[in-house]
Amino acid sequence: MLTRLANPARFMRVSGAALPWLGAGTAVVLAVGLVWSLAIAPPDYQQGETVRIMFLHVPAAWMALSVYLFIAVASAVALVWRHPLAEIAAQAAAPVGAAFTLVCLATGSLWGRPMWGAWWVWDARLTSVLVLFFLYLGYIALVNAFDDRSRGARAGSLLALVGIVNLPIIKFSVDWWNTLHQPASVVRVGGPSIATSMLLPLLVMASGFALLFGWMLVLRMRTALNERKVEALRLYGHAARVDASPDGAIAAGRPALR
Amino acid sequence: MTGAFLGLLRRDLRLSLRQGGDVGLVIGFFVLAVLLFPFGVGPEPELLGRIAAGIIWVAALLAAVLSLDRLFAADHADGGLDLIALSAMPLELAVLAKAAAHWLTTGLPLTLISPLLAVLVDLDAAAIPVLMLGLLLGTPALSLFGAIAAALTLGARRPGVLVSLLVLPLYLPPLIFGAGAVEATLTADGGRAHLLLLGALTLAALPLAPLATAAALRQALD
Repeated sequence: MLTRLANPARFMRVSGAALPWLGAGTAVVLAVGLVWSLAIAPPDYQQGETVRIMFLHVPAAWMALSVYLFIAVASAVALVWRHPLAEIAAQAAAPVGAAFTLVCLATGSLWGRPMWGAWWVWDARLTSVLVLFFLYLGYIALVNAFDDRSRGARAGSLLALVGIVNLPIIKFSVDWWNTLHQPASVVRVGGPSIATSMLLPLLVMASGFALLFGWMLVLRMRTALNERKVEALRLYGHAARVDASPDGAIAAGRPALR
Repeated sequence: MTGAFLGLLRRDLRLSLRQGGDVGLVIGFFVLAVLLFPFGVGPEPELLGRIAAGIIWVAALLAAVLSLDRLFAADHADGGLDLIALSAMPLELAVLAKAAAHWLTTGLPLTLISPLLAVLVDLDAAAIPVLMLGLLLGTPALSLFGAIAAALTLGARRPGVLVSLLVLPLYLPPLIFGAGAVEATLTADGGRAHLLLLGALTLAALPLAPLATAAALRQALD
């Protein structure tokens, strides 16, 4: 299917048809998830109502990691198979991933203040997620640092692959180091240790965030492709005008058309 | 191959020693950066000694970052990099030679001058050998990781700031373990674990960083 969607025109048709459904699905799932987690899910026996920040913080963290993995895989696909849309997909996903990381850090900080008494601690999990945020920023900066757009895309692809080493560090930081951040409760050996009444709304919110990412990704990819179309048309129109006018032909160094 | 490797290494060393300013600038920046801290945090020996290892390691990192732009940029500008890439020597080996020359003119002088600076920031004398050993083990990793960032930013607008942003995630582990080794020597069971991890970082960087750097250079030369 990826090869079928490699044709930009076909991708625009398919994504244009899918976009409203993605948007509607996102809205519905997020609405259900928010009501479930904020109103219906039970309060924690220790943390009380503060635990509801988890329903934003954990899905945002999962998305921050997944989007980076998506960017790394897309970069590998771009470098190895030269899929035409892979680099566009990676570049479209990067700001969304950075935003998810920022939401994760911000909600984590708001949760840490009542729970740990500190807005920020330099433990392994928080530090490695901050490093992930800087990896996103570095990727965006590198891609936009070149006048030649394809050079920037290729350099960014390499950077994304080099930075993949941070992902296992983030995931296992709570196991390898003595951290204040709690250890894994969902994706762990032995299955989730979290109560089902909280696990289900958490999974719904996670699905909602994933749909949100999908919707934003498709929207941004379509915008990027349209931008390139506009740029090409502008260049083509300029060249056509230069060719047509007699002065233009002289300016272009050719004898005037007669 | 060895001849080509040593030839490139000798060439880079000769070039940077001829423009004597390069090594001098790195050492000068290192010393100045360290000297600023007693003025900033106050001259109390207990406070300074507590953060001394961190100060020296951060200053070494910054000095390394500053010197990265002369790794590939000059050769890229005058076409020498194209010739190096076209030669029979694998590009990865050429990267290793250039990173070695970079370390010999940056990391090694920093390591040798660190005891003097340790005295200036009141580092406990018992920890100076661990500081030097840590710098000796960690600065090659700084040169190797820095080579990746330098190669990725070849031809970019304003490469200086961009290199610092890209290299930050890669420079954090040597910093954490290097400064942590000194701290562990002074307060806990000793810095052996930290130093072993530092060595492991450098050993891992030795094959992997040239791979990534050579890939980045090939893209830059296309």
